[in-house]
Amino acid sequence: MSENGKPKLALYWASSCGGCEISVLAVHEKILDVAEAFDIVFWPCVMDFKEKDVEAMADGEIDVCLFNGAIRNSENEHMAKLLRRKSKVMVAYGSCSHEGCMPGLANFFDREQMLNFIYVDSPSTDNPERVFPQVETEKPEGTLTLPEFYNTVKTLDQVVPVEYYLPGCPPEAQWTLAAVEAILSGELPPPGSVIGLDVTVCDECPRERSEKKITHFYRPYEIDPDPDICLLDQGLFCAGIATRAGCGALCPRVNMGCRGCYGPNEGVEDQGAKLIAGIASVIDARTPEDIDAILDTLPDPAGYFYRFSLAHSMLHRTALAEGDRTAQAIEEVPRLDPKLGT
Amino acid sequence: MSDLQEFQPVIVGFLCNWCSYRAADLAGTSRMGYPATLRDIRIMCTGRLDPAFVLKALRGGADGVLIMGCHPGQCHYEEGNYKALRRVALLKRTLAQLGVEPERVQLGWASAAEGVVFAEKVAEMTEQIRALGPLRWGGNLADKANGNGTLAGVAAMDEEVVS
Repeated sequence: MSENGKPKLALYWASSCGGCEISVLAVHEKILDVAEAFDIVFWPCVMDFKEKDVEAMADGEIDVCLFNGAIRNSENEHMAKLLRRKSKVMVAYGSCSHEGCMPGLANFFDREQMLNFIYVDSPSTDNPERVFPQVETEKPEGTLTLPEFYNTVKTLDQVVPVEYYLPGCPPEAQWTLAAVEAILSGELPPPGSVIGLDVTVCDECPRERSEKKITHFYRPYEIDPDPDICLLDQGLFCAGIATRAGCGALCPRVNMGCRGCYGPNEGVEDQGAKLIAGIASVIDARTPEDIDAILDTLPDPAGYFYRFSLAHSMLHRTALAEGDRTAQAIEEVPRLDPKLGT
Repeated sequence: MSDLQEFQPVIVGFLCNWCSYRAADLAGTSRMGYPATLRDIRIMCTGRLDPAFVLKALRGGADGVLIMGCHPGQCHYEEGNYKALRRVALLKRTLAQLGVEPERVQLGWASAAEGVVFAEKVAEMTEQIRALGPLRWGGNLADKANGNGTLAGVAAMDEEVVS
């Protein structure tokens, strides 16, 4: 608490696009209530606080930290650990910190592939001397440093324990507000909870569903979908069957299949596995040849199924080359026990 | 593992209650010889196989996963093995994009009378996985370039599984 009695709020962005920062403002005029109710002590996107200001705080001094963005480099990891230490309640805000989101798609590649493409091979790059960013560079004036770029993108809870998750790319304002109100009222759900609904997007989707028998998958530009019938019934890929509700089925309402940004629904660890099970079940074929013919119309299945959740999926990333692997044990970060309550 | 002959793969088997699990029983009671590489788990039907089971096995240290059920048209629940056929096909396409070789996840059929078919399938798959070598999925997640190897939620590592 501040001297004025207000709870202290911090907001931070790690590897993210900035959309989550904007989504905080999507609560519209209620942002004034938030500013009134909280003492904002750290928000690099909006206010002029620095890392040293956070360092100077006592451990646990921040009441709530809304952390958006995935963990892609050593700076992200450092800030996650610093803010965790300084915060009583850590909230993974948005799909990047919750599931990995778009930054997590980098886990289809490794560091070498990424750096080579970005700094050498991309069509708009001219870098004949193959200059790459270095963690440390010696100059007459001293040593220049940059964060270390990791092989693998991680979610926030793979680096530090997290109390609550606000899913979505970005989270819908009503849930941001619900979380803020819950924090202010002290009526918090058990640690480890995802703030949102437990069911899937289909439960919020107004489209008419019938028994599915898919004979061909279409890309969105290939057909003009009927506005009242389930998109999956029409052969358009929709991740709504295995995605947590809470958005109000925004995308299916405008003729676009659900992308899956709210992550898996309650009780599901691997969103992609559920999409594989669900999509494969409704393919209308019984022989390997017929099945393959239909699946050929669904290019990039891993990209569809793990568009938002690759970094939090069971396999986490693609296989690395043999020389890049290690056999060392993975250190387990302490998990919060939901049964402990508050 | 320098000598591939010494490599004993760990294969997790998901066998349907009505056909393939009985085939495994028959192979045992008939004293058929086959490699001791399979750790079989009985499921009521291959249609019960959640693709997450396969992912969990691979993440947890298995080198391969063998799913076996009733022959097409002979499912105890009529449709279950057709669902498995489609799911495994889509799962394998997805796994290929993640760098898992297709031989590591296989689907086969064996009726309750086909102990020989079951034993031969295990022997065949064991040889294929031996040729590929260990999967060691945990090694993909723990290297230094991942930030000192800290990764919660992925506790299982090589050799730890089901031995």
